[in-house]
Amino acid sequence: MGGLTRALAARAVQALLVALVVGIACFAMVRLLPGDMAFRIAAGRYGIDLVSGAAADAVRVELGLDRPWWQQLGAWLGGLIRFDLGVSLVSGDPVVDELKTYLGHTILLAVVALGISVLVGPPLGAWLGARAGSAADRAGLVASAVLRALPAFVVGIGLILVFAVGLGWLPAAGVGGWQEVVLPAVTLALGLAAVSSRVARDAVAAALHAEPAEFARRKGLPEGAVRRRHVWRNAAVPVVAYLGVQLVALIEGVVIVETLFAWPGIGHALVHAVVARDVPMVQGTALVMGLLFVALNALVDLLTLLIDPRRRSAA
Amino acid sequence: MVGRIGMLYYRLMQRRPLLAFALAAPALARGANAQPARVLRVVAPWEIGGLDPARSGYVFQRMQIAETLVGTDERGALVPSLARGWRLLDDRVTWRIALRAGATFHDGTPVTAAAVAESLRRARGGPGPLAQVPIEGIAAEAGEVVLRTARPFLSLPAFLAHSSTVILAPAAYDAGGAVRAIIGTGPYRLTDLLAPQRLDAERFAGWWGVAPAIERVSYLAVTRGETRAAMAEAGQAEIVTTLAPETVARLRRNARLSVEVVPIPRTRAVKLNASLPMFADVRTRRAFSLAIDRAGIATALLRSPESAATQLFPPGLGDWYDADLPPLRRDLAEARRLLDEAGWRPGPDGIRAKDGKTFRATLRTFSDRPELPGVATAMQAQLREAGIDLQVAVMNSGEIPAGHRDGTLEAALFARNFSLVPDPIGTLLQDFGPQGGDWGAMGWSDPALVAAMERLTAEPDPATQTQLRRRIAAILQAELPVIPVAWYDYPVAFSRRVAGGSVDPLELSYRIAGMRWAD
Repeated sequence: MGGLTRALAARAVQALLVALVVGIACFAMVRLLPGDMAFRIAAGRYGIDLVSGAAADAVRVELGLDRPWWQQLGAWLGGLIRFDLGVSLVSGDPVVDELKTYLGHTILLAVVALGISVLVGPPLGAWLGARAGSAADRAGLVASAVLRALPAFVVGIGLILVFAVGLGWLPAAGVGGWQEVVLPAVTLALGLAAVSSRVARDAVAAALHAEPAEFARRKGLPEGAVRRRHVWRNAAVPVVAYLGVQLVALIEGVVIVETLFAWPGIGHALVHAVVARDVPMVQGTALVMGLLFVALNALVDLLTLLIDPRRRSAA
Repeated sequence: MVGRIGMLYYRLMQRRPLLAFALAAPALARGANAQPARVLRVVAPWEIGGLDPARSGYVFQRMQIAETLVGTDERGALVPSLARGWRLLDDRVTWRIALRAGATFHDGTPVTAAAVAESLRRARGGPGPLAQVPIEGIAAEAGEVVLRTARPFLSLPAFLAHSSTVILAPAAYDAGGAVRAIIGTGPYRLTDLLAPQRLDAERFAGWWGVAPAIERVSYLAVTRGETRAAMAEAGQAEIVTTLAPETVARLRRNARLSVEVVPIPRTRAVKLNASLPMFADVRTRRAFSLAIDRAGIATALLRSPESAATQLFPPGLGDWYDADLPPLRRDLAEARRLLDEAGWRPGPDGIRAKDGKTFRATLRTFSDRPELPGVATAMQAQLREAGIDLQVAVMNSGEIPAGHRDGTLEAALFARNFSLVPDPIGTLLQDFGPQGGDWGAMGWSDPALVAAMERLTAEPDPATQTQLRRRIAAILQAELPVIPVAWYDYPVAFSRRVAGGSVDPLELSYRIAGMRWAD
């Protein structure tokens, strides 16, 4: 259990660092963006039609944007220690309240997408890995390369055209029912499965000819038992570990996919917050995404510990 | 364990790779089409930014959930809405507004003059256009709402049509004055709100008007034009607004849709800094205008030939549009002649110069309206033919008012809405006053124009009003402190499942209450 505690402690420290770095980096980046923040915030609040120098001045005074930068950053960090993420500069509501809605939707989307990708990618990869070098395997490589190379935006539009416009099976966009989550989740899942299927394919192909498997065959175990005992588990370690890396792709994809499918998630919120220079909202959103990333990686750590006894004894 | 699960998947996939999908597909098909009760679905690009009417009142107004005192009819004329009528007393500064008898808020409380006055006071404190009206007092007297202005201000009723002035029940506000719930008076009552994306509403039995035929409505904000077009094509929305220009032709060919395109009172225009020597001379401003190929821009970039602007105000803006005004046009020879006459002579590279100064200006624009950078680039090429070197800088929209104020702005391309309130005088006063305006003239003013605008705010006679409006339009056309480029279209797709739909060019309403199911 020492390995488990150590892994979790390391992730906890990482979470703290992420919070600090993300908060400061977001603050610095939003301030470095060109343009007068007060005008952007006013446009975010009231729309471009109502933006004037007077409206921007009112925003500047109300939010104290003329304060020195270290005072503004200090105020945010001080709030963070008290678990207070501040108030959105645009809506005036607490950032935490806004994030609750957005985060729920993003987690739903991400979990469904990850679920679909796990159902499709690794099993398909394993199947191809057992047939390494076959025509199916080569076709799989091409399909995976094409899917990964296409931006989520293009994949999403393609799915909309086929399943919403062409077949009429699913809504093209929206939120509220279970149908609405399918197309955005599949868009994300296809990108994820494109890569995880290749990782699984390589892992299975390697494990099939690794020494433990060969030894088991020599001692006369039937092929089914060889795979059950010596191939799947060995191949699963890199596949699960790779899921952690894939979360980057997931979070990056969410920003585009949510906008395309009108899904009120955190990626969508982040884009709006950046455009409107809503610093606390950008910091809060990025913070939550960062912490989510750490939490999911911690989960991946636990899973690999569970699968691979060598790691447990090594610790 | 994971290995065993993996193996199960593996076996399943080995046998029936498409099994899961084949089983799921019919279920999906049923799910997408099953509507428990028919909902009229509106899809538009505008997200619901919250409950504050100053921010997102327009969504509640257009969905006919919240109402303003004043509305507009088919032709854009002001008509009573929640108000039964209004009159201006002989002192010319006191307005008495009578309310609909028996009107109630969605929480069942009666619409009283006191509640309306309170709602207006809150609107006045916000950033909306009402803040520009010289209002001295808002009171409730003898069942009527009484507004007093510091000086005669005849376009006041138009300001009471703006979405920031929707009337909400006293219970809609919290102790600090912030809106906590949308408790309006419209034919539809909000049942569910998931900001910023969607809302649902149902027919409100207590509405003062004729009960609408359609019982349930929903609104979904879809920012991507491609997605909106797909929803219209897939029959997943009954009204899809603000179609992207590149999707209009495709949707028009769809037999299940009817696409309506109406011009709206919004103009894409270039403002020039007339305090710079190159733009101080009206001849150079005219030459600038003569060099622009508006028809080309409207046809090739905006895909709407009718949107080429012939004057600042588009048709549909009542008598502000003067059909007799000589139209703006392209005439390169005339442009060159005017520039020669003004002393700007072509240099070896074709760019004109005068007294050692090159005719070079930076045009600021922004991409929040996606077509603007393209229009700017087209103008750059067109102006170059006349010997004007225009640099295009795509920036934040805020850089235009900011540059106006610090004097660094040379030229800017933007879109200006002349119907923030249904009477454009409100916008004109901001744009062409003695000091110019953030989104209007810069380094230019005309006493005759200022006088005409001021007289118009206090002129009760309709014939004289028309004369004044024509005079204002003529001065702007002759002097060109702001150069009109293209008007706006508002394309809306209606599903043929609904009938009675029409487009409000002032964008105050989706007019759902007048629609019905066609089948």
